[in-house]
Amino acid sequence: MLEHYASLIIKAIFIENLALSFFLGMCTFLAVSKKVSTSIGLGIAVIVVQTITIPVNNILNTYFLKPGALAWAGLESVDLSFLGLISFIGVIAAMVQILEMALDKFFPTLYNTLGIFLPLITVNCAILGGSLFMREREYNFTESVAYGLGSGFGWALAIAILAGIREKMSYSDVPHGLRGVAMTFMTCGLLAIVFMSFAGIQL
Amino acid sequence: MKIKELITKPIISDNPIALQILGICSALAVTVQLKNVFVMCGAVIMVVAFANVGVSLIRNHVPNSIRIIVQMTIIASLVIIAEQFLKAFVYDQWKTMAVYVGLIITNCIVMGRTEAFGMKNGPIASFWDGIGNGLGYSFILIIVGFFRELFGSGKLFGFEILALTKDGGWYMPNGLMLLPPSAFFIIGLIIWAIRTKDPSQIEESN
Repeated sequence: MLEHYASLIIKAIFIENLALSFFLGMCTFLAVSKKVSTSIGLGIAVIVVQTITIPVNNILNTYFLKPGALAWAGLESVDLSFLGLISFIGVIAAMVQILEMALDKFFPTLYNTLGIFLPLITVNCAILGGSLFMREREYNFTESVAYGLGSGFGWALAIAILAGIREKMSYSDVPHGLRGVAMTFMTCGLLAIVFMSFAGIQL
Repeated sequence: MKIKELITKPIISDNPIALQILGICSALAVTVQLKNVFVMCGAVIMVVAFANVGVSLIRNHVPNSIRIIVQMTIIASLVIIAEQFLKAFVYDQWKTMAVYVGLIITNCIVMGRTEAFGMKNGPIASFWDGIGNGLGYSFILIIVGFFRELFGSGKLFGFEILALTKDGGWYMPNGLMLLPPSAFFIIGLIIWAIRTKDPSQIEESN
């Protein structure tokens, strides 16, 4: 049993890395990867939000949105799955807001480090993408916790690697037109090829 | 600003993908086939334009502190309409790109334009700004999709252009083009090309 969850986590981190295999959360991925320290801060924020929102969306999906999910209220024939997107994004926005307030109250130091990144996360497609994949693959509650943790960690790992490479790159002589974003795209492409080598692993 | 300028400026000189770095995720993921590219671009243009109009219409009535969530609601509703529409009319394509259609909600182009333009301008200008940015996005996506489908599988829109070796032709398909990382390289090269033509966009640091 434990093995099943461990392989789910490993799969979410390496084989199905949200950033480098599905290209989710690219905007923040490219924009906030200039320094290792800030990118690690953002990475931690993503892990936390991902581990909370995916299970919450899972509950919402199982008990309210799935076809037949409202059977407990006596409404077997109701199918609210078209409301999926709007309720997932609502949950994410609300969770980010709550997390922000909770951190501010109980862990002010962590809040100060993550401060600016938290609101940004609402529009990070990796978060919504995680919830949509969860729905598509029909994970149960515990699986969704594992998937949330793994996928968040994978994203954080990817942005930390990219930031490390970009820090080193400031010493190299890149052609003028390629400087900045264009070079970052090239680096990402190479990184994505590296991560593709995990694709053959069977768990 | 004139309507013509609103539409043409985001296509090359202020391109949402190449310069503003918005909406990258879908640009990489849906570009293996041109057919998918066109479906995606249609959906994005529609959503950006109408989200911009919607936000612009209520911009004077929404308190600043809740504007993000209001924008999100408008965008999410439009995306749901687009999704249901695609599901009804082009079901096969919808199946292959289901997650990415949903992700238009968090596509930063939409959010970025409503925030930067819709909140400050009237509905008509906002509509054209939305169309322009949607076209700028489509412009890059179509180029990427064109190269990936042509060199990756020798086809365009599913019709054979280059005869493949496995069917007795001369063209050996480039497997890299079918893999998602190739989109990074193509977009990188497009940005390089745009910046060589317009050096004012060049960044000095790496």
